[in-house]
Amino acid sequence: MTSFIIRRLALSAVLLFIISIISFFIVTLTPGSPYPWGELNPKISAEVKANFRKKFHLDRPLHEQYALIMRDLFTGNLRSIKDDRPVMSRILERLPATVALNLTSIVISLSFGTLLGVTAARYSGHWQDALSSFIAFLFIALPGFWITYMVVIALVKGFGVPILGTNSYGIEFPNGLASGLDTLWHLLLPATILALGGIASQSRYLRATMIESLREDYIRTARSKGLAEEVVLYKHALRNSIRPIIAGIGMVLPALIGGAVVIETIFAYPAMGRLGYEAVLERDYPTLVALNFVVAALVLLGNLISDLLSAAVDPRVRLE
Amino acid sequence: MPGITTSQSETPVSKSSGSRVLRRFRSNPVAIASVVVILIFAFTAGGTFLLSATGHDWPSNPNLTNLELKLLPPSSQHWLGTDNLGRDVLSRMLHGASISLTVGLIAVAVSLGIGMVVGAIAGYFGGIIDQILMRAVDALLCFPTFFLILTVVALLGPSLLNIVIVIGLVSWTGTARLVRSEFLTLRETEYVKGARVLGQNAWHIITRHILPNAAAPILVTAVLGIPDAILSEAGLSFLGFGVQPPQATWGNIIADGKTYLLDAWWLNLFPGLAILIASLSFYLAGDALREAAESRS
Repeated sequence: MTSFIIRRLALSAVLLFIISIISFFIVTLTPGSPYPWGELNPKISAEVKANFRKKFHLDRPLHEQYALIMRDLFTGNLRSIKDDRPVMSRILERLPATVALNLTSIVISLSFGTLLGVTAARYSGHWQDALSSFIAFLFIALPGFWITYMVVIALVKGFGVPILGTNSYGIEFPNGLASGLDTLWHLLLPATILALGGIASQSRYLRATMIESLREDYIRTARSKGLAEEVVLYKHALRNSIRPIIAGIGMVLPALIGGAVVIETIFAYPAMGRLGYEAVLERDYPTLVALNFVVAALVLLGNLISDLLSAAVDPRVRLE
Repeated sequence: MPGITTSQSETPVSKSSGSRVLRRFRSNPVAIASVVVILIFAFTAGGTFLLSATGHDWPSNPNLTNLELKLLPPSSQHWLGTDNLGRDVLSRMLHGASISLTVGLIAVAVSLGIGMVVGAIAGYFGGIIDQILMRAVDALLCFPTFFLILTVVALLGPSLLNIVIVIGLVSWTGTARLVRSEFLTLRETEYVKGARVLGQNAWHIITRHILPNAAAPILVTAVLGIPDAILSEAGLSFLGFGVQPPQATWGNIIADGKTYLLDAWWLNLFPGLAILIASLSFYLAGDALREAAESRS
């Protein structure tokens, strides 16, 4: 297991290297002015431009620029073009909200995806199966921003629910619990909308593996013992079918973090997707390169954790 | 020479696997319904495009502004209402349909092309080439897909061409992995080994012997890729980096309407439903196709 982790970490380093090169070239090779004030602004003297290029190493050849960016990234000296703050602290201050949003979303998609998938497999071939397939595809086909608007109209018009940011604005909470519940409340709606796609794909995968499991002998044994159908389904069959789902969580992460850009924008939720969107608008390429790097590192970490988890829930899995 | 005649005697021609898949696909009511919906979308989009190309705008010019008629709810004149510039929402949606379908089809063509080439090379040749290509795929899979599309489109400048190419360039990894795994299986089959022994070149073996047998799963990913691209374009439009105004798309009608969210619900509801129904139909059709291709009966 230790050697598995070491080899995975080595592979991750290789992947991160490739990723950093790809994101560096995407950001630097695309046409457009790197200056935050625009290429043709007459009020900016040539000297200021030259200083700017020197400060962000834009006067060097590309491979040196790349090396300098990576050096600055690892020494913590990489600064944002926009506000001159260290890029890493800009990203890290978004980390708690990002992790909270994505974890909540994964928990929601796992629980509802399991429910939907088990139901589909249990009634395979019947109308319940068809219905849950339909719900799954409906969830993937929903444009995230549109369903958000529909929900927002319903909630704001119907109930006056607060929806923006991480906490209610201008309210002092009597204690930590109330404030925590407020945070959770603000998290729930974006996380649920973000989870729709995951619910769908996980229920489809689970349906397929569950149908296989339900044909096995031990299921017939469990049923003939007179166990309740729920016990057979959720204890015996699910345990033998859940592994691909857990191993798949790592694969869901990129879609989750990418898809969150839109949701975070609507909900003014200060996570990494929104930071990236702002960096794109400002052509803040140090932030973009660093952000891609950090997100990729998170994805690789998520992949590793989900592989370890899937070995933990299923002793048949050997980490090699 | 009796020996030769027996060895060459013709076995009754069985139905090709393609027609069996088609028969199973046709017997699925969900598949029929979703194909019908897709065809309706395609014909209205094509019809609107042809009408406007010949100078006939139906129901009206999608870019005709009339501020006296702004933000009107659905009525007999404007079936789906008007937007903040008094443009007819139905006309804009009809014109947006051709954009959405074009985005879906071309983006999938791009991603299918790249994915098939990469997957075929990796799966057929294996070894070090396979290792390099698959590590590149792994690296691309770590990028947050939609964010990557957004970055490149925003930096290159949003145009229809840039959008479809970037969506295609970013979304080929799934196809590449699938094609590779099909190739890994198929290259070990007797008929491929036979073809290789006969001295046929790699190109011939790949295009004549392997690809036709991997066609069904590839077609399924293609069909499922179309709504992905449509939804990506809608998301880009929403953030302001989709196909640019005044060209209407389903996504940018919603994006333009977000300011009037609580007053003009029709600006949100109808284009959103169009995106939903179109993508849902593609997903259901793709799934039905997968089921038809996989079932062994």
